[in-house]
Amino acid sequence: MAGSDFLLEYLPILIFMGLAAIIGIAFLVLPTLLAPSNPDQEKVSTYECGFEAFDDARMKFDVQFYIVAILFIIVDLDVAFLFPWAVALFNPELGMDRDFQIFAFWSMFVFLAVFFIGFAYEWKKGALEWR
Amino acid sequence: MQLGDNISFAFPEIWLAISAMALLMIGVFIDSKYHRFISFGAIFSIFVALFLVNFGTASENASLFNGAFVTDGFGQFSKSVIYVAAIFAIILSDRFMERERLARFEYPVLILLSVLGMSLMVASTDLISVYMGIELQSLALYILATFNRDSRRSTEAGLKYFVLGALSSGLMLYGMSLIYGFTGATTFEAIAAGADEANRIGLIFGMVFLISGLSFKVSAAPFHMWTPDVYEGSPTPVTAFFAAAPKFAAMAIFARVLVEAFPAATDALSDWQQVIVLVSILSMVVGAFSAIAQKNIKRLMAYSSIGHMGYALMGLAAGTSQGISSVLVYMTIYLIMTIGTFACILMMRRPEGMAENISDLSGLSQTRPGLAIMFSALMFSLAGIPIFLGFFAKLYVFMAAVNAGLFVLVVVGALSSVIATYYYLRVVKIIWMDEPAPEFERDAGPGVKGVAILSTVLIVAGIVVIMPFLNIAAEAAAATLF
Repeated sequence: MAGSDFLLEYLPILIFMGLAAIIGIAFLVLPTLLAPSNPDQEKVSTYECGFEAFDDARMKFDVQFYIVAILFIIVDLDVAFLFPWAVALFNPELGMDRDFQIFAFWSMFVFLAVFFIGFAYEWKKGALEWR
Repeated sequence: MQLGDNISFAFPEIWLAISAMALLMIGVFIDSKYHRFISFGAIFSIFVALFLVNFGTASENASLFNGAFVTDGFGQFSKSVIYVAAIFAIILSDRFMERERLARFEYPVLILLSVLGMSLMVASTDLISVYMGIELQSLALYILATFNRDSRRSTEAGLKYFVLGALSSGLMLYGMSLIYGFTGATTFEAIAAGADEANRIGLIFGMVFLISGLSFKVSAAPFHMWTPDVYEGSPTPVTAFFAAAPKFAAMAIFARVLVEAFPAATDALSDWQQVIVLVSILSMVVGAFSAIAQKNIKRLMAYSSIGHMGYALMGLAAGTSQGISSVLVYMTIYLIMTIGTFACILMMRRPEGMAENISDLSGLSQTRPGLAIMFSALMFSLAGIPIFLGFFAKLYVFMAAVNAGLFVLVVVGALSSVIATYYYLRVVKIIWMDEPAPEFERDAGPGVKGVAILSTVLIVAGIVVIMPFLNIAAEAAAATLF
C-alpha cells in the first residue's frame, strides 16, 4: 500500500523520538531510584555565590525598558528590510527590469510611510522620553 | 505593471488602512477630549468601505496578487457583515468607555485595523495571506482585550488571549508548513491540485493542525478554554466585538480554506468532515453543559458562543453549497443576537458600577419592563425557539446536515439544544419570576438603546424582514466557493 511505504520513510524519526523519550525518562527516573537522597536545609536552599539569597528574583521592572526593546526590534526589522532592498534591487549585475525597479522603489516608500506613522505616534505619545 | 492593475480591486482594504493611519495621526495630534471625532471618523470610513465592497471594481470577481487574494461573492458577503458588526461595536462602546474612563482615540483605530485584518482574511486564497490576515486582526484584538489596562482581569484576559493565540498561530503555521511541504504550494487551488494518494497522510496531518489553529480562532471545543476568561475580563463593548466580527471572519476563512483547498473532488472532504463533526459535537456539548453552572452573564455568553460555534460548524461539516450557505446564515443571525444581548448587558449598570451577575437581573420585569422584554426575546432567540430568528438559523444548519447524511451530528445537536434551552430559560425565569433587585441606571445612551431595540426587532420580525434576503444572499455567496 502506498500509504505505508510513505510512512516507512519517516520510521527513523519515529525511532529517534522513541529513543529520545526513553533516554530522557530514564535519566529522570534512575537518579530517584538509585542515588542516595538525604536533603537538609543547606542543600535545598538557593545557591547564590556563597551568601544567602537576599531578594526574590521576580522583581518589578520598569515598563520603559520593554518599550525601548520593542522600538529597537521595530527599527532593526526596518533595516533588515531596507538592506536587501537597497543591495539587490539596484545592483546592475542582476539586471532588474527598469519598470520593476521603479515599482519596488516606491513600494518601499509606502512601507516607510507606514513605519513613519507609527514612529510619529510613539514620539507624540512620549514613548521616546525617559521619565 | 501587473501588480498595479490589481489595486483597484483592493480599494476597500486600502481605504481602511489609509483611514486607520490617518485617524491615528489626527487622534494623536488633537486634544484628547475630541476622541469622539475619531469614533465618528472610524464609523464613516467603515461605511465607505462597505460601499466600496458592494459597488465599484471591488464587487467584481477577480483573483489578485498572484492568487493571494480574491474578490468574490463569498468575500463580499462576509466583508459586508463584518463591517456592519464593527460599526455596531464602535456605537456600543461610546458611553461605556467614557464612564469607565477608558475613552481613548486608539479604540476605534484598533477596531479599524482588526477589521482590515478580517477583510484580508476572508478574501485570501493563499495560506500566507490567510496567516497575515489572521495575525493582523489578532494583534489588534489582543490590545483591545487589555484596553482597561489598570484592571487586573482585563490585563489577564489580554495576556491569556495573546499566549493562547500565539499557540494557535504556531499550530496553524506548523500545519501550513506540512501542507506546503507535501504539495509544494501555498495557494488553495494548487494545494487541491497537488493532493494525491501518495501525499495523503502527510496532507491530513497538516490539515488537522490547520483545523486546530482555526478552531482556536472560532473558539470551538476542545480549543475553547480562552473564551470565558477573555470574555469576562475584557471591557464589555470589546467582548461584544469579540463575539461578533472576529468569529464571523474566522468561520468564513475556515469554510473557504476547507472547501477550496480540500475540495470534495480530491476525496479530502471525507478526511476533514470527520474532524469537523468531532469538533462540532464537542463544542455543542461543552457549550450546553458548562454554561449551566455560570453565574456571570459574560461567561454565560462565552459558553453560549462556544455552543453556537458548534452549530455553525455543523453546517460546515456538511461540506455542500447548502452547508456553507447555512453557516453564513447562522453566523449572521448569531451576530445580530449576540450584539443585541451585549447591548442589553451594557445597560446593566448600577451607581456602583457595571452589574455582571445573572442574579442582578432578578425581577427586571418589574423595574425595567422594556429591557426585560428585549432580554427575554434575545434569550429565546439564542435558545432557538420558533418564530424567533435563532430558530431559523438552527433549522438551516440542521437541514444541511441531514441532506449530507450526518444524522448522529443532528441528533447530538438537537439534544444539546434542549439542554442549552434550560440555561437560557433560567435567565428569563430570573428576569420575570424573582424578587426585584435594585434598579439599573437609565443612562446607557441612545447608541446602546438603539442597537438593543434594532436587534430585538430584527430577531422578532426577522422572518419577514431579513430572512428572505439573507437566504438568497448567503446562497449566492456560498455558490462562489464551489
